[in-house]
This record gives sequence, C-alpha cells and structure tokens, in this order.
Amino acid sequence: MREFIDGATAVARAALDAGCDFFAGYPISPATPLLLHMVRELPRCGGVAIQTEDEIAAISMCIAAAMTGRRALTATSGPGISLYSENIGLAIMGEVPLVIVDVQRMGPATGGATTPGQGDVQFVRWSTSGGYPIIALAPGSVAECYSLTRRAFDLAERFRAPVFLLTDKEIFLSMSTVALDSYEYPPVRPRALAPAQMDEPYAPYRPGPDHTAPLFSPIGGPHIVRFTGSSHDARGFLTKDPATVGRLNEHLWRKIEDHVAEIELAQADLQADACTLFIAYGITARAMAEAVRQVRASGRAVSALNVQTLWPIPERTLLQALAASADGPRAVTRIVVAELNLGDLRREVERVIYRWAATTGRRAPEIIGLNRLDGEMITPEQFMVFV
Amino acid sequence: MLKTYRNDRPYPFCPGCGHGLILNQLDRALVMLGRDPRRVVLVSDIGCQGLGDQYFVTNAFHGLHGRSIAYASGIKLADPDLTVIVLMGDGGAGIGGAHLLNAARRNIGLTVLVFNNFNFGMTGGEHSVTTPQGGITATTRGGNLERPLDLCTTAAANGAGFVWRGTAFDRDLADVMAQAMQSECFALLDIWELCTAYYVPNNAFSRQALEATRQKLGWPTGIIRRAEPETKEYARALNEAAAPRSAVPPLRPRPVVPRYTSGLAREFRLVIAGSAGGKVRSLARLLGEAALLSGLWATQQDDYPVTVQSGHSISELIFSPHEILFTGVARPDALVLVSEEGYKMARRYVEGLIAGSWLFTTPAFAGLETPARKVICDFEAAGIRESKKHLALLTTAVALRRLELFPLDAFADALRGGQRPEIAAESLALLAASASVSGREEEASR
Ligand SMILES: Cc1ncc(C[n+]2csc(CCOP(=O)(O)OP(=O)(O)O)c2C)c(N)n1
Ligand code: SF4
Ligand SMILES: [Mg+2]
Repeated sequence: MREFIDGATAVARAALDAGCDFFAGYPISPATPLLLHMVRELPRCGGVAIQTEDEIAAISMCIAAAMTGRRALTATSGPGISLYSENIGLAIMGEVPLVIVDVQRMGPATGGATTPGQGDVQFVRWSTSGGYPIIALAPGSVAECYSLTRRAFDLAERFRAPVFLLTDKEIFLSMSTVALDSYEYPPVRPRALAPAQMDEPYAPYRPGPDHTAPLFSPIGGPHIVRFTGSSHDARGFLTKDPATVGRLNEHLWRKIEDHVAEIELAQADLQADACTLFIAYGITARAMAEAVRQVRASGRAVSALNVQTLWPIPERTLLQALAASADGPRAVTRIVVAELNLGDLRREVERVIYRWAATTGRRAPEIIGLNRLDGEMITPEQFMVFV
Repeated sequence: MLKTYRNDRPYPFCPGCGHGLILNQLDRALVMLGRDPRRVVLVSDIGCQGLGDQYFVTNAFHGLHGRSIAYASGIKLADPDLTVIVLMGDGGAGIGGAHLLNAARRNIGLTVLVFNNFNFGMTGGEHSVTTPQGGITATTRGGNLERPLDLCTTAAANGAGFVWRGTAFDRDLADVMAQAMQSECFALLDIWELCTAYYVPNNAFSRQALEATRQKLGWPTGIIRRAEPETKEYARALNEAAAPRSAVPPLRPRPVVPRYTSGLAREFRLVIAGSAGGKVRSLARLLGEAALLSGLWATQQDDYPVTVQSGHSISELIFSPHEILFTGVARPDALVLVSEEGYKMARRYVEGLIAGSWLFTTPAFAGLETPARKVICDFEAAGIRESKKHLALLTTAVALRRLELFPLDAFADALRGGQRPEIAAESLALLAASASVSGREEEASR
C-alpha cells in the first residue's frame, strides 16, 4: 500500500510519533507547513504549540520547555536560523534536547522564499559562537523525512543537544508516492533521568561516564534544577575556575566527537568495479539515485553515497567506500560531490580524503564539485556526464 | 515551611547596590507564600541582576540577555502550575522589549521584576531605555537625549494584568511581589533602584532623586493596573484547549487502495502551467491521487511566487509504473498551458517539447510554434459557462482523454474524495462538460 504525501507531513507525523509535545515557531516559507501541522495536531495529543512573536522567542520557549521535560521541536528556514543563532549556543551550553528543522531556501538574506537551496550546511555547523560540534541530519526522501525525524529526537534526547533536520523546499513540499512498508521506525530513547531519591544534592551538570550527557531532572520535578548558559560547575553555579571551565568545555566537545560512530549515518550503494563515486544529500540525492539507475541500466558501473548525517560527516562510510576498491584494479578515481551551493560538503569530503591519502600513502581520487546556484535543481543528466 | 529561600552564598553586588535590597524582598515574599521551592523557578536575565538566581534555593534558569521573559513563557506553557519569576534589568527590558510586550498582551502568568537602575551596570554604566532625559552615562556623556520608556503604562495598555511601580526602598515591596505572584496574571513590577558604581556617581543620584525623577516625569506609582480576577491566564487557557481529544494518533498514513489499472509502461511527465488562483496545485494533487488509485506512482512538484494569489502557478507531475526517484521535470511529455502568466514561467517547458510530445492549450496560444502535437481546446465555443475560471481542469481533462494515462473514472473518484462536496460536484460537472471538446489538433510546426 502506498500514500501520496509531502515531506512536511512525514516530519510532523514522525515528531508526534516520537513523543514531541511542545512546538514553537514563527511562519516562514518553506517551513510554515510544519507550524500549521503542529498547531493543528499537537493540542489533540495534549501538547502545546504556539506561534511566537519572533524566531528568538520560538527557540527560547522550546529550550525552556525542554528543560521541564518536554520534547520540543521548532522549524524555520535560513533567515530564522540566523535569529536562532545565540540560542543554539545556549542549547549546546545548557545541554538541551531540541530538534530544529531547517527547511533550506535559496539565500543569502531573504533570497528566494520559494526557491530550493542547500546553502545552510556549513551555516548550521558554525551557527553559534564557540565552534562546538552539532548534529545535523539530511533526509534524502520523504520516507527518510519520517525516519530521520525520529532519529533526530532520539539523538537530541540521548546527547542532550540541539539536533538539526536539514531539509530543503523540494523534499519538504513536493508530493511523493511512498510505499508504507518502506518507512523505517528507529527507536526514540528518552533522556536518562536522575533517580528521584539521591544521597547527595542533584548536580544538573555532572557529565556521565565517557562524556555522556548528565542525568536529567525536569524543572518542577523532584530536584532543584539550576539551568545556565554561563560557564558553570556541576551544580550550575557560575565559575571562572580554569580547571572547571576547561573540563566543561571539553565535555561539550567530546560529548559529540567521542560518539560520532553512534551518530553518523549514510546509505552507500557501491558497485565493485565503479571508478566514480557520487556523493549527495537531500533533494540532490534523489537526482543522484535516478542517475545511478540510468547509468546501471546502460550497463555501466557507478557507486553512490547518500549522506544522511551532514554533521558529523559519515567519515567511516566514506573511507570504507574507498577502501573497498582501493587495492583492486578499478579503484575509485573520481568523486563527484553534488549540492545546491558552491561546495559546503565538498570541502569536508576533501578534508577527509586528503587526510586519508596522506596517512595511508594512497593516491587521493579526483574530487569534483557539481554545483548549482540558479534556483534550479541538479538533474540526473548533470550527474551522468561524469561516468 | 522554609524560613528563608536564600542559600548561604553572599551577594556579589557593589556596596549600596539596589539589587540585594530587591532580592531580600523577594525572599520575604517567597516566605509569605510558602510555596515548594521545587515548584518555583527564578528566570534570570543577563546583567548584575541576572546573577541573582544563584542566591536562592529554588530552581533557576539563567539564559541569554533580554530573553528571560521568553524562557519564562516556555516554562509556564509547559507547566502552568509553576510559580515563574523573572529577574531582569532595564537593559533586558530594552533588548527584550518584544517579548515583554507580547507576554503582556497574552497575559501569561509570570511575575517580572525589573531591577531598574537606569543604566547597564554590568557592562560599565551605558544608557538604557529607561535612562532619564539628561542622564549622564558612559554613552551619553553630554546627557541623554532619548525619552525614557514608561514600562508600566506600556505593559498596562497592552493587557498586563498586574502592573506596579515603586522603589527598592518601599516597605510594601515584598507584599506587592506576593500579590503579583498570587494574581496569576502577567505581573510587571518596575522597581527603581540605585547603581552605586555608575548611575549614582555619574549623576549625583540618590534615594531622594528617585522620587524627584518620577515627579518630573509625572508617572504614576503603586498599583497601576489590576485585572478583573476572572481574566484568563494564557498558559492555562492554551493547555485547557489541549486536553486530549482523539484516541487515534494524528496524521496516520492514508493509503490509497488501487481500484483501477493503468497501461502506462514508462514514466510520463505532465506539466500544468497556469495562473495563481487557477487551482493548478489542487488539480495536480488530485491527479496524483488518481494515479495512485490506478496503481501508479506519482510525484508533484510546484512552483509559484510568494504572492500565492497572483502570478504563475506551475505543477510538474510524474506518473510511473515503478518508483520515481527524482521529482524534477526537465522535458515534459505533455504540457497543459492555460494562461499568459503560466506561459511566461513555462518557456523552458515549451522549448523542451519535441516531436511526439503534446501541448494542450487554449486558442490564445494557437500561434505557438512547437514540434509537439498541439491540441487547441476552445471551451467557450463549446458553450461551457465560466470556462475561463476552470481552464486548468477542463484542458487537463481533454489531455487525460487523449493520453489515457489512467482511467478517467479514477480521476472522477479523486475529485469526489479529495474535495468538499459542493466543489466536487462542480468539478465533476466540468469533467462531464469537457467531453464535448476533443480539441483541434494542429499540424506540428517548425
Ligand atoms: C546579546 C548580548 N548583548 C550584549 C551583552 C552584554 N551585556 C551584558 S549585561 C548587559 C546589560 C545589563 O544591563 P541591565 O540589564 O540593566 O542589568 P544591570 O547590570 O544594570 O543589573 C549587556 C548589554 C550580552 N551579554 N548579550
Ligand atoms: S555595577 Fe551597579 S548594578 Fe552592578 S553590582 Fe555594581 S552597583 Fe549594582
Ligand atoms: Mg540596569
């Protein structure tokens, strides 16, 4: 059985299935359909949804609600992410589980409100001061809008960190036919709670073992909770003590970086004798899939990587794709990174590949950018000229 | 019952700073109310006053500069039974003015204490939105030219249920705070006080000067507004509206069960180019449903300007017997072209037409040169009333009869199932009427 559905509906359904019970947002194309879904549906599930006075209030309310134990979601597009910026830092510092949907449109500034773009890849990574890592997922189909939204909630809860769902106007608003049995249902594990009875006062910012998130206790719950966006000690009091501050900041870094293997996600569609590897994400991954189908139908070989976690970038899968053929007669000699910007992901691929080449002594494949900035999508034909 | 809500940490403020006085009164107010400290949240802004949460045994939320009211609102919406108190400066009231106004307008049950010392203490005594005219600050060395913002009348005029102005020295301050918390309204307390590090030395300011300044401005003090007790608190109202209503989880898949079959053997790309308001997108959606009803796969991608009611509206549809991987259409197999606005934005589709592809259009575009098979549909000549409004549907119906992508009955079912009954009836009537027009096929030109 199949349904005719757009990405916005799939994201909304996944959020509700993941237990989302708080939404705050401000209207902006092309993200508005999610706001509309949530204000209509959340009250029916006992949740709260609100259109706020601006994007700053939207993310502020989500962060605060999350600290009372809610599963919070907000949605915007590039201009709104700009206004979220300072609070993204607060969510990192305060260790707040929060899912942020960025439906990319063409930028900069107001750009093209109803025009597709993929220009926010580096932007979300560096969207706030300090340079701390974030997690960003990019659904490459409507079915992935569903599964990756669930996954975003799971990661947000587990790592107590802001998680971006980075999508684009075409995936989000276009209608697709989805076979119901193609939906995946990754588990959504709740954040780890502090026991209601403890021998010593609850320390809201004591990191778990191996740089995992601190145990959560909701504001208003069994313990006194101190939330703060300033450099703090384990009990949430402000401090400038270098040892304490250093430990805290390292924790915020390692909470993500030490666990990338649990986070990174990509779909590798490899062919043993392919010399060319396509890499894409979001709507561009759809064109890539069609190109792969046509190339193979014509009897030629090609490999493809649909990148589902832009941050952290799926380094392992990428290197495995190279290593798989590296010693064979037909190694990958060319990588085509396709995106609706001038190389946001390509520079990460280059970083990974060149370091791999330098450390293994192997020859790095040629890395080519397939880019487009005119508001049109990259087509399957544009991929196919590289095979 | 706690005897104090203070912990044993000493305040960090400069000698004579008003912040400690206000926090002491807050402690007294909390003792008066005797609420469980686990159910009380101090939401502190940034600035000297923003350090205040650290000296209490309640919950604390210390966020970003100017956003404390927004965090407090999020907390209150999530858990309306909490006592939520905002500690903010005149600096925060300025940068966060939008939140203050909107929280007042909503009448959300927060108690906002503005520690108003007429300047930014923490950053070195710069002027704020409440600095009096003539006030000397680090950034108004020659005296402030700007008019101070009357926080109280602004909040009161915009719906705040409890508004009070006074000073940190007022004996009834703790009582007023307790009343504010009990009011379950958006309560704003504009508390005037001294910044002994900056505003006092810069202006030879004093406790007496507070009253003199107020008199000069002619602003009211004491309780400035108190709403009727039955005024609804916003967070409760929103949550009451959110009582679970439906047992079925929302947005369940609505699978389309195929009732028809299609002989389509390969992907077919149909583009409909018309004007905004011409129901192009809703038509395309129903065509997609019809394709699914016929066992096909379908995609629909729309293009339209931000002004949804004017300009072009273009829908690209793909129908296929197998899964469609890419939604874009470079070259249509058939183009339904029904308006000038659509034509302007659809030139690339027109140019993409080749021998063997189809153009379905109106007499207005009869002169268009194309190698495609051109079918001119004249609904006016056929006497169909108001055909201009429905050109997209009518022309597409002609196309469907010729192209045989899926049975017309599937489309009729989609029209019936996907629209309000009166609209469906109208669409079905148009579909029937369109049968009288088969279109005049013109020789391929060029
Ligand atoms: C976004 C942002 N801009 C600027 C600052 C710097 N800053 C810290 S406190 C403050 C003003 C504090 O003044 P006020 O709110 O009146 O508090 P006071 O120190 O007088 O108690 C400013 C501008 C900041 N922390 N964040
Ligand atoms: S600088 Fe001013 S506001 Fe800050 S502690 Fe000192 S006196 Fe108080
Ligand atoms: Mg101040």
